[in-house]
Amino acid sequence: MANYMGKGIKRVEDPRFIQGQGKYVANLQIYGMTHAAIKRSPYPHAKINSIDTAEAEALEGVLAVFTGQDMIDGGVGPIPCGFTPPDIKLPPHYSLAVDKVRHVGDGVAVVVAETAYIAYDALDLIEVDYEPLEAIVDAKEAMADGAPQLHEETPNNLSFTWPIGNEEEVNNALAQCDHVVEVDLINQRLIPNAMEPRAAVAQWDGAMENLTLWTTSQNPHTIRLLMSAFTFGIPEHKLRVISPDVGGGFGSKIFHYAEELIVPFCARAIGRPVKWVATRSEAHLTDAHGRDHISRAKMGMTKDGEFQALHIETYANMGAYLSLFAPMIPTALYHTLMAGLYKTPLIYGITYGTMTNTTPVDAYRGAGRPEASYLLERVIDIASHDLGIDPIELRRKNFIQPDEFPYQTPVALIYDSGDYDGVFDEAVKIADYDKMRTEQSSAREEGRLVGVGVSGCIEASGAGPSAAVVGLGAAIGLYESGAIRVHPTGKITVLTGAHSHGQGHETSLAQIVGDELGVPIEDIEIVHGDTEKLPYGVGTYASRSMAVGGGALVMSAEKIRDKVTKIAAHQLEAAVEDMVYDRENGTIYVKGAPDKSKAFAEIAFAVTLANNLPEGMEPGLEETSYFDPPNFTFPNSAHICQVEIDKESGEVALQDYIAVDDVGNIINPLLVEGQIVGGVAQGVGQALWEHGAYDENGQLLSGSFMDYAMPRADGFPGIQVGRTITPSPSNPLGVKGAGEMGTIAGTVTVANAVMDALAPLGIRHIDLPLTAQKIKAAIDAANGGGD
Amino acid sequence: MYPPKFDYHKANTVQEAISLVKESDGKFIAGGHSLIPAMNLRLADPGTLVDISRLNDMKGIGGGNGVISIGALTTHAMVAASEVLPDALTEAAGMIGDPQVRNRGTVGGNVAHADPASDLPTVLMALRASFHMTSESGERSASSDEFFIDLFETALGENDVLTSISLAEEGANTGSSYQKLFNPASRYAMVGAAAQVTIENGTITAAGVAVGGLTPKATRASSVEAALVGQPANDATIASAAAAVANDLDDEVMGDIHASADYRRMMAPVFVRRALETAVSRAS
Repeated sequence: MANYMGKGIKRVEDPRFIQGQGKYVANLQIYGMTHAAIKRSPYPHAKINSIDTAEAEALEGVLAVFTGQDMIDGGVGPIPCGFTPPDIKLPPHYSLAVDKVRHVGDGVAVVVAETAYIAYDALDLIEVDYEPLEAIVDAKEAMADGAPQLHEETPNNLSFTWPIGNEEEVNNALAQCDHVVEVDLINQRLIPNAMEPRAAVAQWDGAMENLTLWTTSQNPHTIRLLMSAFTFGIPEHKLRVISPDVGGGFGSKIFHYAEELIVPFCARAIGRPVKWVATRSEAHLTDAHGRDHISRAKMGMTKDGEFQALHIETYANMGAYLSLFAPMIPTALYHTLMAGLYKTPLIYGITYGTMTNTTPVDAYRGAGRPEASYLLERVIDIASHDLGIDPIELRRKNFIQPDEFPYQTPVALIYDSGDYDGVFDEAVKIADYDKMRTEQSSAREEGRLVGVGVSGCIEASGAGPSAAVVGLGAAIGLYESGAIRVHPTGKITVLTGAHSHGQGHETSLAQIVGDELGVPIEDIEIVHGDTEKLPYGVGTYASRSMAVGGGALVMSAEKIRDKVTKIAAHQLEAAVEDMVYDRENGTIYVKGAPDKSKAFAEIAFAVTLANNLPEGMEPGLEETSYFDPPNFTFPNSAHICQVEIDKESGEVALQDYIAVDDVGNIINPLLVEGQIVGGVAQGVGQALWEHGAYDENGQLLSGSFMDYAMPRADGFPGIQVGRTITPSPSNPLGVKGAGEMGTIAGTVTVANAVMDALAPLGIRHIDLPLTAQKIKAAIDAANGGGD
Repeated sequence: MYPPKFDYHKANTVQEAISLVKESDGKFIAGGHSLIPAMNLRLADPGTLVDISRLNDMKGIGGGNGVISIGALTTHAMVAASEVLPDALTEAAGMIGDPQVRNRGTVGGNVAHADPASDLPTVLMALRASFHMTSESGERSASSDEFFIDLFETALGENDVLTSISLAEEGANTGSSYQKLFNPASRYAMVGAAAQVTIENGTITAAGVAVGGLTPKATRASSVEAALVGQPANDATIASAAAAVANDLDDEVMGDIHASADYRRMMAPVFVRRALETAVSRAS
């Protein structure tokens, strides 16, 4: 029964999802439920002269209309920022705008009505008198003199400046280098688009003064803490936050959103439950966007391609307000990854975080690390073309070697383990890289534009220890909780502070506990996402749940085994040190006498009877642990792909994609493969299609799926997934994060392939997304301007 | 997605549908794949919907004597699966949306909506289809050149029902093709090119060519057609004929964030050429 580790068990949660029986926030029905709709600004930047809600309030079925001022008067505070580097300027972020709107979609009023239809009808009856102001959308132009100003608190729209490294040393080294690659890169804005739009339901119990909030969150405890300590003023023990089944997040459901305050405010005000479910258009306008960097990179190297120094300057678009972790993404999760897989000795980076009239930006799958990988691996690819060295060869020359771990990079992190040549060996083998190159040569002779793309990426996942993370500026400890509650019949409820919103934790965490205790997974249920059921939990993001949440469960299982073993020894009249806990079968027996044994369930029952326990032992079989990892884990990858470009139209066809990742030990290979493939699809989406595009006046041009291009199955070949394993020493399971590697590597691998295809034309770089039109224009320009 | 309030009627006959729409000043609804999204976004507020989707006489593909009739309520999936319709039409229908859309969306609803980025108007123009309409006063027909008037505008009067579309069966020496530059987001056509050619003894004797996606309405490529008829069916003819499409595009070529007007204009001859190449190979 046990031995679940490494087995590709199908997800136990899938039957209910596939059959439409998941329990999402929008499914919730409560007696007396009312429905909220939010009036949103059509202007990117405007002064609010007045809001007339009288006509909306008069509509039959409308229960109340509230504005931002009503919420302030009701004691609802601004949404805080949870990452505050030194000297950061923090503009206030109210859940409904008061004097000014600062992006299209900024909320100005909320209607509560008997039905959602009436609520939406009423929105059209609210009269807002706006005085339009000039808008700014570009992260770099926002800092220019004379640019429209968003907040009094952020002169020149600059919220923070975050440097790392010694600029003078790096500049001196660059001046000495044989070759310096210099390139300007744009990492375009993305819109996350989780399958389930955000939603919230709130119920106020006036007699108890208790509030229950159901919200599509990746971290309900964090939301409860923020609402108690900062935004809603409700005591923490009076607030229950539940995040039931959540249909995808990709980071966008980490943050404390305005609607998590608007909906409870309405519920408390009218004394009835209130439901709000985002439309897809609202999701495009209000879910925190991702990426949006303008960067200049300079990398110096010897003529043989030995990396000497790297200089990075980045303007990071924060949008109209600072979302919860927004400043952390282009700083502590970005520059710290600029060493990549390489021994570059000197690195300097600086980021300017600026405010613009766009939707706030925050963590999106990979969060800082895809931006770092894109920059670094593009620069290295350009270097390989400049120096005429094969891109794999150039990378191999600079790899940190397996015997050099733990490895202190020049940008704060200490890498745990890895064998980068090993990962590349495997990728080269699966891809048949030499053959790919030969075929590319013959294709080029035929005049076809075939490209091979390579990348070697690293991720820092499962962040820790908390002391280090808080030291970097985060207002959050990054440990995780895990409790194992053994019932009298030996069945088990596992309570995890991690949160599953598509990852398959109900399967993978059960595999861990099943193996640790020798219990079949059918006897284990994973509970997550409810602040009233669980000990404190941090939540799921940044590929941390197996490394950190899994680690906590291993610790609790050890405690359970210890107690069970002591009871068995007592009842079998043997010494504890003579007992063997058989983790295959869940039995505890006397060494050398396997028939003198107790089954796990027998002990569970015995501990409930509590009539025959060792002297001084308490009844009960439940253990809670908190795992604070000693370090991040550092998954790494070698991805190779092949593309062909249609010379006439500029369209890119992705023909082959090989992803080899070292994510440490594997709990469930099916789930890992799913994470890698899904991640690659998202990464390729950024390379070729996705763009959260604004016009210069601040209107979102890609406000629906009619204009926001998502990756589709027909754009992909079968993705070949391979792996190597170097266990991480940073957690008891030896696992590394698997959730983001595909996204981190996917974008730049395909971008490098497209540029490789275009290299014979002398084309050096095109910014993302690599649309047919842009490629065609570059081809025509290279051919001397048009056909 | 919460549309504004509307009344709903189910029509049992075409005449009943017409009088219901007239009385209510409402809109016909069939598959609902253009109207419902617009209502959900509150861009359309028809007040009354008259559902014609149960008018079974208007469903299916039939005909005889060299003419094929497609009922207006025939779904895209049925067209895509047809073995009697010209290749250009079946392949275009197979490129619309996804299986769910194709199972629900109707040919009649599609062409009556006359979205400039839609595929079927372009193909039906190239195939010289006829459009059959019923109004209060009786029945009438329009050629494809008469039917498509402008952006979202057709020969249909406000209370008219498009009942069927007819076109000629594709003979043994005739071939057709539809080639499309997809909008990567919506999958509508940024450039769509449809071509049908008849070849006798190596000479092109008849040609129908149209482009869409880049123009406000499906546009006949008369210059291309003229450059084909009477010429040998070879690469040189195709290349020079395809290039002639530039003469059929006026200054109303449209652009967006995915493809500028200039880029689309540049792509028109490319996709016309590809459609012609395939059509010629199918005719031979």
